[in-house]
Amino acid sequence: MSTQADLSRPAGGGHDADEEAVAIARKRASEGKKAEAKLGMMLCAPAALVMVAVMAYPIAYAFWLSLFRADLRTPDQNEFVGLSNYVTVLSSPIWWTAFGVTAFITVVSVILELVLGMLLAIVMHRTIIGRGLVRTSALVPYAIVTVVAAFSWRFAWSQDLGWLAGSSAPLTDRWSSIAIIILAEVWKTVPFMALLLMAGLALVPEDLHKAAAMDGGSAWQRFWMITVPLVMPSILVAVLFRTLDAFRVFDNIFVLTSGANETSSVSMVAYNNLIRGLNLGIGSTMSVLIFITIAIIAVVFTKLFGAAAPGSDEGGRR
Amino acid sequence: MAEIVLDNVVKRYPDGALAVDNFNLEIADGEFIILVGPSGCGKSTTLNMVAGLEDITQGELRIDGQVVNDKAPKDRDIAMVFQSYALYPHMTVGENMGFPLKLAKVDKSTIQKKVHEAAEMLELTQHLDRKPSNLSGGQRQRVAMGRAIVRQPKAFLMDEPLSNLDAKLRVQMRTQVSRIQKTLGTTTLYVTHDQTEAMTLGDRVVVMRGGIVQQIGSPQHLYDHPANLFVAGFIGSPSMNFVPGRLEGDGIVSALGEARLPDRIRQALERGNGSRDVILGVRPEDFEDARINGDKPGGRFSAPIDVVESMGSDLYAYFTLRGDVASSAELDDLAKDTGNDLHTDGTAMTARLDPTARIRQGDNVELWYNTDKLHIFDAESGRNLVGGDSQSAANAGTGR
Repeated sequence: MSTQADLSRPAGGGHDADEEAVAIARKRASEGKKAEAKLGMMLCAPAALVMVAVMAYPIAYAFWLSLFRADLRTPDQNEFVGLSNYVTVLSSPIWWTAFGVTAFITVVSVILELVLGMLLAIVMHRTIIGRGLVRTSALVPYAIVTVVAAFSWRFAWSQDLGWLAGSSAPLTDRWSSIAIIILAEVWKTVPFMALLLMAGLALVPEDLHKAAAMDGGSAWQRFWMITVPLVMPSILVAVLFRTLDAFRVFDNIFVLTSGANETSSVSMVAYNNLIRGLNLGIGSTMSVLIFITIAIIAVVFTKLFGAAAPGSDEGGRR
Repeated sequence: MAEIVLDNVVKRYPDGALAVDNFNLEIADGEFIILVGPSGCGKSTTLNMVAGLEDITQGELRIDGQVVNDKAPKDRDIAMVFQSYALYPHMTVGENMGFPLKLAKVDKSTIQKKVHEAAEMLELTQHLDRKPSNLSGGQRQRVAMGRAIVRQPKAFLMDEPLSNLDAKLRVQMRTQVSRIQKTLGTTTLYVTHDQTEAMTLGDRVVVMRGGIVQQIGSPQHLYDHPANLFVAGFIGSPSMNFVPGRLEGDGIVSALGEARLPDRIRQALERGNGSRDVILGVRPEDFEDARINGDKPGGRFSAPIDVVESMGSDLYAYFTLRGDVASSAELDDLAKDTGNDLHTDGTAMTARLDPTARIRQGDNVELWYNTDKLHIFDAESGRNLVGGDSQSAANAGTGR
């Protein structure tokens, strides 16, 4: 003990000279930190400026427009109307129908994508023979431009012409149209889901599967009790991405039905008002509402599920 | 608890590589068996075949008389401890240990009772609610052991369970593993590449090389009667010294000088009818300072001492012998395994001497060696020509 105390004395200070030295050292350290922080800011600045120009400004401008009566057909009647555009939109059955359709498409397609994506991810993860071929071919749908794929689907489901339609005309009926929209969405984004999930699967050590097998777990039990909890962070990220994406569904609906038979999504309605109807005020209001909805989804996901996901907390990962 | 029989077990991979060839072993109920050998010798593959994690290409695996070749791991009722511990990171220590019982649908109160018993045995009681990531390496290792113990399986399989621990903890855990195995009396198959673990833990040790069993026997038997050069060089630390030599008349000529062979060895050599070119094996402790041992029968030679290490109870003297170096495929394998494959001029030798020997670095010292304890191997085949047990030597021979 006494030797330790002896050793610690010179380092611990106690003399004026030492205190001075400590002060100098602190000052130098904080100066160094400041300089580093400044350099960091300068390096980030260009990117931040671009982000402000292409994201912050349009968002702010849309919000600003949403507070005005702004119709390009009657440009001289523009005036500030406060939140009355929001009242108009939120009391409109068109908006709420579209909102319902969008929510339905979002929920159903994300669930289907998660289940099928997980299956595909497991197949891609476990394939031994022709692994490259399997993975490449699985990604083909994702590589095709959405609009092109949507046109193919429209053709396939056209009465008397398409190979899937036969004599029926599914795109002329509301629920069959929605089903086809969901099909097109799911077909296209399952590979994306599978890719994200496969990255998660690759992080589960093989030894854990072996250990669980030795502990008496069947394949099904191993999947639910080992794989799923450990892949949960990946699942949440994938589901969040897809939910945000699916809620903005536009191209498939635009091509397949153009919103006929009440199949419009909120994005379609916003487009129809803003671009087709030239009603900048109402259109911007809808855009802002979509933005807010998506922000709420994102916050709910990260706050509720993010914290509960095993592995996302400090203790979960090794 | 069970007896495990491996009957002519072969593992061949689809690409044709032979991992394990003709493995024969009968493990008695409650026995502690060590599989030891350099990396790539097939010991882990053998263990995985017993576990059911790898298919058996040929032969039979019987547990308690029942052929289990095609049974899934979960139906074999054996527990395994992995080198990486393979703890489930999303479960607490208690949940990890109770997991096999949960899968077996044991009721909660019994699970808790058993987990607490095992935790007490392993001194993990105060850690039961922690996640594995918050534990030290030694604690994780104990959790892995606990998970195996809790379900009272027919057998334990351990795949280098101590390799990820630091040296001090490894020695400590080694004793604990041994104690637990003795207490529970569960049949255990333990894989390691560390010959010290093999020597200290096992009832019997199986030495493997290139997928072939070299020798099976108690640690002391392997030490005293190695079947061939490989076993001789692998078992023992520091390892046996090898010098090429030639049998001439009643004696042997080598870089260790000329020595008369005792009658026992001479008779064994005559029976063996081997060639005259041999490799001499001398354990470090069979050397002594010639001044201490005076006129005891044995060989004598002088060598300049390179390095002297005093360990208190022993004195290690390192010296180099000029002349030919004993060479064989088996010795090359060993050198590769220890990373000691730099070719120096001459043979590096180690002698463990009495601490009273007054030897200093650079001295040219006369050393004595015990001809009674000499091991003589055939230079061609590596077979022990004296006192290696003939049965497993033959076994190893046919495996090729």
